Amino acid sequence: MNVNLKIWRQAGPDAPGKLVDYRVEDIDPSQSFLEMLDKLNETLVKKGQEPVAFESDCREGICGNCGLVINGIAHGSKGGCTTCEIRMRQYNDGDTITVEPFRAKAFPLIKDLVVNRSAFDRIMSKGGYVAVNAGSAQDANLQPIHKDKAEAAMDAAACIGCGACVAACPNASASLFVGAKISQFTWLPQGQVERGSRALKMVKQMDHEGFGDCSNHAECEAVCPKEISIANISRMRREFTKALFARS
Amino acid sequence: MINLKDPGISSVFKKLLTGFTGLSLVGFLIAHLIGNLTLFAGPDVFNAYARFLHHFMHGMFIRVAEVGLLAFFVLHIWSALSVQYSKRKARPSQYEVNTYAGGPSKRSFHSMYMAISGLILLVFIIVHLIHFKYADHDAVGTMKLENGIEAVNVYKLVVSSFQGNFGYVLFYMLAMGVLCSHLMHGIWSAIQSVGLTRPSTIPFLHTAGMALAIALAVGFFLLPLLIFMMRGTFDPEAVPDYSSGHAALTSLTSFFPAA
Repeated sequence: MNVNLKIWRQAGPDAPGKLVDYRVEDIDPSQSFLEMLDKLNETLVKKGQEPVAFESDCREGICGNCGLVINGIAHGSKGGCTTCEIRMRQYNDGDTITVEPFRAKAFPLIKDLVVNRSAFDRIMSKGGYVAVNAGSAQDANLQPIHKDKAEAAMDAAACIGCGACVAACPNASASLFVGAKISQFTWLPQGQVERGSRALKMVKQMDHEGFGDCSNHAECEAVCPKEISIANISRMRREFTKALFARS
Repeated sequence: MINLKDPGISSVFKKLLTGFTGLSLVGFLIAHLIGNLTLFAGPDVFNAYARFLHHFMHGMFIRVAEVGLLAFFVLHIWSALSVQYSKRKARPSQYEVNTYAGGPSKRSFHSMYMAISGLILLVFIIVHLIHFKYADHDAVGTMKLENGIEAVNVYKLVVSSFQGNFGYVLFYMLAMGVLCSHLMHGIWSAIQSVGLTRPSTIPFLHTAGMALAIALAVGFFLLPLLIFMMRGTFDPEAVPDYSSGHAALTSLTSFFPAA
């Protein structure tokens, strides 16, 4: 199959960018979207042109490195998967596909489709971990945790930090990411000690990074490759409120 | 405790504020609509209700409610507009192609134009207040209630306003359409903003919020239209005859004792 591409090309952070037309031919429908881009880059290199810069690592949907806005939707229209999990069979022969980078002030563009998502790392550094000494691994079931709570914690912890929530949000808000990272500890015993300070510090850093405020559009949940619920944003607000009044 | 100028506190705090004030204003709308329905019971009941509101607790109730409402409106508008402001700053370069992702997304025409529908509603509220609350009530005249008290004839003011001019009725109906749009996203979003949702309740709250939005808008929308269309039923000059056959309705006025 053959597809026409419109890819955002931008030489550097401050250089002007624009959509450039490409055509990729003889694609196997079982190839992934990123393999199709690899194929494009091979032809560009052979022609002596600059290849399209894009990020990827595991290419199996667990690392959160890849992330493109495909035809206006972060990680494409399939839902519940990362960009690397998209197969070309999803498209029709002759389709025109527009590929853009994640756009947000807090995710400054580095080159072409690559953006700097270290704002997420700085939010994590403010409390996205357990600093208290939880000791070595205990015997199984010594501290029973209800199945529902364990599942809820796991659902929130499924976040791979890809940033699609920010890319998809009409306000470029990081609420789903921060909501998931705060929520994941609230059901577990080792998360209780820093529960309040975690919520306050991570929200503070989120605002400091220049993400927009949330308007509850829930576009983030729709594009999240791990299908994390916006109920985690609701939970973040509860945690934040409790911490705010507990502190005073 | 809470420093509004602290940028670290404000984003989630502002959301809580927008949601709490929004939900309170929805509560006010429900009370307002129930109050409006007394108009169907006749001029004596409606005027008795209006007089009751103004004299309850020696007039303190209405003053506290008015100041509270004004404060809630100001806080709601301020916190909501600052979300709009953050949105512009947070994405300086826009997407070339931008579509709705579908699925669990709640993004819609209503959710995308909340600021515009809200500002239209603000204009409506100002016109509405000038026309009814700050109308020349001396010029409207009074009407004797069943208990003999002379009450301002608000019934006449309302009925004659909507019967005099269809353009005015149309303006109200359009405004209620905008209200419906604002609340279609607003009600469920406010509940989410104050953190009262769970994964299992989100679909229900979203649907119930839209249903309440439609119910409120239709309720407010019907009143001007019915007054305009049913001139026989709604007579601005109506004077209730307390001596005959009106007992069922006038007994309603006993809900609103003269303060």
